[in-house]
Amino acid sequence: MYIIFMLMAFSLTASLIFLGAYIWSVRSGQYDDKYTPSVRILFDDIKHSKKAESSSEAGENKEENI
Amino acid sequence: MIEFDRLQKSKLTREKDSVLSCFHCGDICTDQSTSIGDKLFCCQGCKTVFEILNVNELCDYYDIESAPGITPKTDLIADRFAYLDDESVREQIVEFSEGNTEKVTLHSPAMHCASCIWLLEKLHDMDQRIFRSVVNFPRKEVSITYNRKEMALSELAVLLSSLGYEPLINLDTVGKRKQSSAEKKLYLKIGLAGFAFGNVMILSFPEYLSRVGEVDPLFKTVFGYLSLLFSLPVLVYASKDYYRSAWAGLRTKTINIDVPITLGIGVLFIRSAWEILTQSGAGYLDSFTGLVFFLLIGRLFQQKTYERLSFERDYKSFFPLSVTRKVSNTEAVIPVSKLKRGDRIVVRNQELIPADSVLVKTGALVDYSFVSGESDPVKKEAGDFIYAGGRQVGTTIELEVIKEPSQSYLTQLWNSAVFNKPRFSKLNNLVNQFSQYFTFGVLAIAIFASLFWLQIDTTTAIKVFTAVLIVACPCALALSSPFALGTALRIFGDKGFYLKNTETVEALAKIDTIIMDKTGTLTEAGHDSIEFSGAILSEEEQQMVKSLVQHSTHPLSQKIYRALAAVTSIPVNDFKEISGKGVQGVIHGHKLKVGSGFWLGQTHSGTNIEDLKTWVYLSIDDKIRGSFLISNVYRKGLRPMLSKLLEQFKMYLLSGDTPREKAMLASLFGSEESLHFHQTPENKLDFVSRVRKTGAHVMMVGDGLNDAGALRASEVGVAVTDDVAVFSPASDAILTGKNLYLLESFIKMSKATMSVIVVSFIISIIYNVVGISFAVTGKLSPLVSAILMPASSISVLIFTTFSTRLRAHQIGLYKMKKGY
Repeated sequence: MYIIFMLMAFSLTASLIFLGAYIWSVRSGQYDDKYTPSVRILFDDIKHSKKAESSSEAGENKEENI
Repeated sequence: MIEFDRLQKSKLTREKDSVLSCFHCGDICTDQSTSIGDKLFCCQGCKTVFEILNVNELCDYYDIESAPGITPKTDLIADRFAYLDDESVREQIVEFSEGNTEKVTLHSPAMHCASCIWLLEKLHDMDQRIFRSVVNFPRKEVSITYNRKEMALSELAVLLSSLGYEPLINLDTVGKRKQSSAEKKLYLKIGLAGFAFGNVMILSFPEYLSRVGEVDPLFKTVFGYLSLLFSLPVLVYASKDYYRSAWAGLRTKTINIDVPITLGIGVLFIRSAWEILTQSGAGYLDSFTGLVFFLLIGRLFQQKTYERLSFERDYKSFFPLSVTRKVSNTEAVIPVSKLKRGDRIVVRNQELIPADSVLVKTGALVDYSFVSGESDPVKKEAGDFIYAGGRQVGTTIELEVIKEPSQSYLTQLWNSAVFNKPRFSKLNNLVNQFSQYFTFGVLAIAIFASLFWLQIDTTTAIKVFTAVLIVACPCALALSSPFALGTALRIFGDKGFYLKNTETVEALAKIDTIIMDKTGTLTEAGHDSIEFSGAILSEEEQQMVKSLVQHSTHPLSQKIYRALAAVTSIPVNDFKEISGKGVQGVIHGHKLKVGSGFWLGQTHSGTNIEDLKTWVYLSIDDKIRGSFLISNVYRKGLRPMLSKLLEQFKMYLLSGDTPREKAMLASLFGSEESLHFHQTPENKLDFVSRVRKTGAHVMMVGDGLNDAGALRASEVGVAVTDDVAVFSPASDAILTGKNLYLLESFIKMSKATMSVIVVSFIISIIYNVVGISFAVTGKLSPLVSAILMPASSISVLIFTTFSTRLRAHQIGLYKMKKGY
């Protein structure tokens, strides 16, 4: 029956790790914005067909527009 | 009928599906001249944004939401943001700066949809100098990390503006980072209490489920000590706020709800610790941790905050950050805070005048509507004194500063006593009034019961005394009001009525007098829809009319002038303005008259009291050509709402404007006695204070800086605004202008919420009576307590949220799902 103490030690360690993870997540600001990440995750990656050429071009173009 | 609705570019009236809608922003395109391929644009600005995105392969922007864009301001002057590069300003704004890397968080109220988030987080694809950008949508902020060696802060601001997301930077937001640590702490406390609650409950199970003697005493001891260990952080850290609040209440000799809670928490812990340490019982630690956990959840629910809104704005938020200073004919943009007496400044069209000053050059037309409520722009000549806060309309003017911005006439209002007093006394709310009787009642029962038991057995007497205090801990009571009020707050929020806190709901329910401002509150400032009925005016005719009305400062003339598209003005001969009637003049040999119906021989007078519309007639060569219908000056649904309010409340109107529309307003407000015109900001403040002294509970509804004092002096100050994210004075609630007509429903809803709270009080009292009946007989086992406490809390919680929603559904503010 005393094996239960060992089991408790394991379960306590595990739960304390989770508590620690929770505290870390709050401290690191994961609860600051509860809306934007839900939108962000749905965005697809853009396919950059000619990104390499266009990026230098883009820089020039913008300066004209501003 | 031509639509001259060019001024009203509100997103609400957009016709997105219309063929002629702008590909970028969805506004109606007046013609098809601005286009790329099959894509139409309403203006050059929208087209430019599309081109930028197209070149950068960022057109996915348009796939996420249809027509998500914002029209960028056309009058974008490159050095508008030049002041951001001033070292002292930059230091205030920038959050982090090291080596090449700099991080800044900018507030951009224009962002409104998923596409906005997507684009603003793709800035690095557009400009190599930007490393990373992250959006916080609820706060409408974007944090940008960029290369400071290659990119100036002003360039970043210009880039955002060119895309339509102009950052809003003002004296108020600068140097005052929002503190979110209070909310973070609450999350930590909830986590801790929840963790302890779950673990203690599991450790308590063997005790509950076994008969006496069946559990190994060693397990009992170990489990007891472990539970005690888990509960310690809950006692010391998680429930700290309740002790503090109870102590603050006792110091002012009032018993608030936190006093019986603290008493309950304290007794719970002491008795449990004593039972565990003496091994005389299992204690009530699961009830203890559960209690704190539920209470904290209630607190989180109550703390619904609108992060993007500010209820504490003072005059500083309304002033621009920068101003163009002229030193010996060279202009330079400097921060307003550096403005000194005697400086020469240049103010362009639509810019605010930042300091009290004297006009140096050319006639100015200053729109004081935001400061004084006066709706007509005032003409000023060289040498005239101009107060800060006015908006220049028309040409560029030059001014000499007389007083520094912090000492201007406008800012004097903030030195008034009402701004230095704490706003609310939290102590007289319903829960706290009730908790006084409650606490004394519970104490009395505990004392009498223990006195009774003292004659039989001392130990039982102590047990009974503590058990009564434990079971009567007003958890359900304390939860009912946060959940009912929190639900009401959310329902209001969905309808564009944002309350500062839950206390405002209570204050709203007590209102018996409503005082309203006119300009910007009852009317939509600067948003008139003007239609011409009659045969369509030719371009030449439009030009003639525009040239004629240009010379008149009458507000109706000004409105027609602004609505007409024709550009060049032509000289007018024999111009005559007849007050109360209209204007006339001769152009290109044609005799033009613009004015009221009676004057031009029509049977129709020109104003219609019923639908709050005004007609202005036009005659060319003494023949009626048609009429301009100027409508929508007043907000929609105003008349039915006001007549409903008039039945229940005392109503007053305080306007800074002239009594021009007196007759019409008297029909809205019941009598002429309740109308007050030509009111200065101080007059308004005094009036509200005077009415309150008579014992009335006053709600002030206003919009501008001129109402700031009155809003503050009233019990509930409601700021009405068309754009909730941008301008609103300090207030208790912010109401979207288009939903003003719901004001009566909002008050009704607040009253309904208060009655829900009263009913839930009764329910929680019933639970307490049941619990106490166990306690006084000395039979309160930890199991009974462990069941009763969460059961009462959860049932009260469900009752309050459900019935508040039900009432909101009946009032028409909330739509319940089918099946309820």
